Amino acid sequence: MLVQTYNVSKMYSNGVKALSDVTLKIDRGEFVFLMGPSGAGKSTFIKLLMREELPSRGQIFVAGRSVVRMKSGDIPLLRRNIGVVFQDFKLLENKTVFENVAFAMQVVGAPPYQIKARVEETLTMVGLKGRESSFPSQLSGGEQQRVGIARAIVNHPLIVIADEPTGNLDFDTSWEIMDLLAEINKKGTTIIMATHAQDIVRRMRKRVIFLEKGAVVSDSVGESIA
Amino acid sequence: MRWSTLKYFFREARTSLARNRLLSLATATTVSICVFILGLAILLYMNSGEVIHKLESDVEIVAFLDKDLSPRERDQLQDLLTHNPQVLSVTFVPRDQALKSLEKKLGDREYALMETLEGNNPLPDSFKIKARDPQKVASLAATIGKLEGISKLRYGQDLVRKLFTATRWIRIISLFIVVFLGMAAVFLVATTIRLTIFSRRKEIYIMKLVGATNRFIQAPFFLEGMALAAAGTFFAIIFLACGYYYLIDNVKPALAFLPLITDNRVLLELFLSLAGAGIGLGIIGTFISVNKFLDV
Repeated sequence: MLVQTYNVSKMYSNGVKALSDVTLKIDRGEFVFLMGPSGAGKSTFIKLLMREELPSRGQIFVAGRSVVRMKSGDIPLLRRNIGVVFQDFKLLENKTVFENVAFAMQVVGAPPYQIKARVEETLTMVGLKGRESSFPSQLSGGEQQRVGIARAIVNHPLIVIADEPTGNLDFDTSWEIMDLLAEINKKGTTIIMATHAQDIVRRMRKRVIFLEKGAVVSDSVGESIA
Repeated sequence: MRWSTLKYFFREARTSLARNRLLSLATATTVSICVFILGLAILLYMNSGEVIHKLESDVEIVAFLDKDLSPRERDQLQDLLTHNPQVLSVTFVPRDQALKSLEKKLGDREYALMETLEGNNPLPDSFKIKARDPQKVASLAATIGKLEGISKLRYGQDLVRKLFTATRWIRIISLFIVVFLGMAAVFLVATTIRLTIFSRRKEIYIMKLVGATNRFIQAPFFLEGMALAAAGTFFAIIFLACGYYYLIDNVKPALAFLPLITDNRVLLELFLSLAGAGIGLGIIGTFISVNKFLDV
């Protein structure tokens, strides 16, 4: 079991109850959609997995370790197991494609020869070979998201968390990104994707966890969406 | 630590210094002024200490002797004074010599004085006594005044008291100025680093998410703060050293009585401490901002 949560609740200091009593299991190699209206708790759930926030109640385990009881010095190690893809890409504008991806390896202290080889390999995989020295502003939205995905997977994480990765992309480009995520998933990486895109979820035929007002209202495989 | 990591830290620090060029300059200048004035205050303090020390050691007690004291009694008295542990030295001044030095002090009124006295010397014999500890002149004087054979005492009581008051005030005021300027410098370094943190918050967020350690994220900021402070400190010390050596070379010959500190070892020690203090300001400033604004 890769991710386990037990009766997790999150109450923010302003009184907003973002999650209540969420108990979930996500297996290694799964592809999971997180769905639900805005404010249902998807983002909070992701933040809890990343240990950006602590739950008010309950237990969370990622790769067998308690995220709640984790010492702050161990948080970086947890995060090296998780790659994150954002709706707005969050690329560094003053760095090239290569540098944006290499950055993720640099800051965890990888040696330069390894960085060069791995970044090239990853960029080839996401289909950006030849665009290494372009800047983000010179790329299309889909290409920028590929850079974001490359950055998320370059350190070989166990889990990729994608927060509305197709939210800013058109229909065709969205499917290219979904194909890429499916390919990454096929190689064994667990994918947790928060999304509003019902057509994508319906056609992917993967597990869907539906949140509403902070609670899990359905958890099933396939097109049966509430 | 990897060489490539170190290179990365230096590159990041350099980039952000170049990005906030004007603020970096302002910060380095403030650190510079602060360290300069700190150095100035310390030099002033050290040198005034030196002057005071010299004046203090000049403070002496003049003990006038009874006129009918026999030479034997006089010798006994001198012996007694010499053996007092608080006394550094005792010099006998015969009345003739006292008159001569008085004449000398009075200068061109000499003749009038001699005429008025008509060859009679009104001055008694006296001892010039130096105290071992200039700060205890008053208590020593009190002891000596009670001795048999001594008619009158005189010592620079007021001068001594004024000197000590002056030293204390110099100490307090320079401490105050230095603390105030130090706080200003720390504040400016903190502001610079804060701006750097804000201008790089996206990078910092990404670094956090991909699992960079806190120390890795913080290191370039400390490097930047230290570089700012070091640059400022460097110029302050250069100016201070040039100015002081110029002063020594040009003022010392003219005012030979002024006991300026010229010992190069003492000065080098001072400049090194200033360098340490300046860089310390940089580290403290960075520390404040990193803790307050770098949410890692």
